[in-house]
Amino acid sequence: MRIVSLLGTAALAVVLGAGAQAATVKVGVVLPFSGANADLGHQIDKAFDLYVKLHAKDIAPNKVEIIKRDEGPPTGAQAKTIATELITNDKVKILTGFVFSPSAIALAPVVTQAKVPMVIANAGTAWITNLSPYIVRLSFSMWHPAYPMGAYAYNKIGCRTVAMAYTDFPPGKDSTEAFKTGFEKAGGKIVDSIPMGSPVQVPDFTPFLQKVKDEHPDCLYAFIPSGAHAAGIMKAYGELGLRKAGIKLIGPMDLIPDNKLQDMGDAAIGTIVMGHYAVDLDNPQNKEFKAEWHKAYGPDSYPDFMSAAGWDTMHAIFDTIKKLNGNVDDGAKFVDAMKGWSTDGPRGHVMIDPATRDIVENEHALEVYRKPDGKLGERVLETIKGVKDECKVLKVGRCGS
Amino acid sequence: MPHALNDFISVLFDGLAYAMFLFITSVGLSVTMGLMGFVNLAHGAFAMAGGFIVVSLARTYGIDFIPALVIASVTVGLISVRFEQRLYRRFYKSTDLEQVLLTIGLAFMSIAAFTYFYGPIPKSVPLPHWLQGDVNLGFRTFPTYRAFLIVLGAVLIAILWFVFEKTNIGAKIRAAVDNRRMAESVGINVDRLFTLTFAVGSGLAALGGGLAIQLLGLTPSFALLYLVLFLIVVAVGGMGSLKGTLLAALVIGIVDTGGKYLFPVAGTFFIYVITVAVLLVKPAGFFGRE
Repeated sequence: MRIVSLLGTAALAVVLGAGAQAATVKVGVVLPFSGANADLGHQIDKAFDLYVKLHAKDIAPNKVEIIKRDEGPPTGAQAKTIATELITNDKVKILTGFVFSPSAIALAPVVTQAKVPMVIANAGTAWITNLSPYIVRLSFSMWHPAYPMGAYAYNKIGCRTVAMAYTDFPPGKDSTEAFKTGFEKAGGKIVDSIPMGSPVQVPDFTPFLQKVKDEHPDCLYAFIPSGAHAAGIMKAYGELGLRKAGIKLIGPMDLIPDNKLQDMGDAAIGTIVMGHYAVDLDNPQNKEFKAEWHKAYGPDSYPDFMSAAGWDTMHAIFDTIKKLNGNVDDGAKFVDAMKGWSTDGPRGHVMIDPATRDIVENEHALEVYRKPDGKLGERVLETIKGVKDECKVLKVGRCGS
Repeated sequence: MPHALNDFISVLFDGLAYAMFLFITSVGLSVTMGLMGFVNLAHGAFAMAGGFIVVSLARTYGIDFIPALVIASVTVGLISVRFEQRLYRRFYKSTDLEQVLLTIGLAFMSIAAFTYFYGPIPKSVPLPHWLQGDVNLGFRTFPTYRAFLIVLGAVLIAILWFVFEKTNIGAKIRAAVDNRRMAESVGINVDRLFTLTFAVGSGLAALGGGLAIQLLGLTPSFALLYLVLFLIVVAVGGMGSLKGTLLAALVIGIVDTGGKYLFPVAGTFFIYVITVAVLLVKPAGFFGRE
């Protein structure tokens, strides 16, 4: 009897030992796969899949098991439910994805309680990272592009007066607040700030842009949650002839996602945005990233700023799993291991600021133009290196808490 | 031009274009509800089907926008006849709840089916050159597509008015809406009349769906997303009334546009204020029978 139980213990020890040597890390991916914003989810999902496919061997003998769930509409309710399920039922050790700020905001108390790291691949409202010590953000804060755009718009584009128009949810308010802070500091004047409805559906942008047209500012600063909204606002901008009326379109890179750019046509030409990525960025990592993307998804599919951040997000998760040798049960340790992580990715050099757990990255002023081959492209007008989230640097509002 | 006048013209123009879309899409729903008391919540799905047919015709077969619109509305009109004869007809005597469950179920099924085939991402169509850009009317410019919507809407209203008020078939429809039993007893075949109006109404909805691609974008959630708006137009206008639907579409279209233009902070608040106010004073809508 005793021998049997000893044998049993030994067998158990062997099984456990083998388990410790090669862990399978469950990663919950929360991205919108339904509704009008589904293509945002797909842009990041494709980058995740591509990274996992090409780099699974990097973490051997450990493995990742990706469990995908639909983030749902940009209200956060569904995301909170399914992410809670991922934690309690599927026992995921890491949560990632999150296109929409409301999802990340709703989920912050859950990950704090569950001690599960939440690695954000998009959601950009600046103060999100302050909501939980388990949040790490690889994408951007709305302030990353919008704050430097303020000074750039005044000094380089020549905007003296600006009307702002934004989709009415947290990142929209954040983006316009950031732009306003930078722009007024530089000496510019904001003539109007127009909320354009909820992000759930793509509105008819005409009444909002007609109002801007009638106000005759030098420039229109627009924030929309990219994707279908971007295509919609560009259509209205073109139809109403705002550029002809002398109103330049500026904004964060959400306005001209690379995967929608070719369909935008002439209306988009001359648009100037601030952003961390464009398909045309000239660096060796991006060339490789683009080549692999086209190989996997065809020549007409383009990665965009969300895909680039998604790629770096999975890269950071993989590097951290490797660093911890698959021991990812302790969420706090995982977050600590991510602090200070840096790489040269498709966006150029990026780093996780150990103090804020937010990204430090380069921002580029990008202008849409027609390339010699007839396609639309984005050219870099200026690069600002090593941009931090100024909202937290300046301690504005909830970023200061 | 004075600023206020310019604002006013902007609101009126965009509001009119929007109202025309609402009218074209909702009028069929109003007439079917007035005629048969049938609650067709799948009406938005017919509109959406029209939109996707236009997308397929234009994108896959390279057919121009206008012919594609015509083909789509005729096709949906014909298909809707099968739905009416095979499915809806069984439920005319059923309770409202059963009708609502049937048709909302159809709407959900259509969303799933169209998502399967077309994906959830908004679709667009290439417009012919003459519909792009803007037209100059001397004192200011207007987007051509919206001007086209207003003209098309006006033409359709004229045709519908003529058919309703001046033809035999219009008289029969009005008679059947007013008092169906009496109409039947004088020998009007209300069932056949209904099939006809249902087909025309669905065809017009499909036309509205096609026109909406450029206006609002088209996704499979269209079937339910804008249904509330169509139902509001029908309720505010009064079921079965052409005049009422037109007036309601104009009021809702212009008030919504004006609200967004002048007080964007209020969102869609004004639509609902108008709806509540009208229904408080006239529970059956502008021209509905109490």
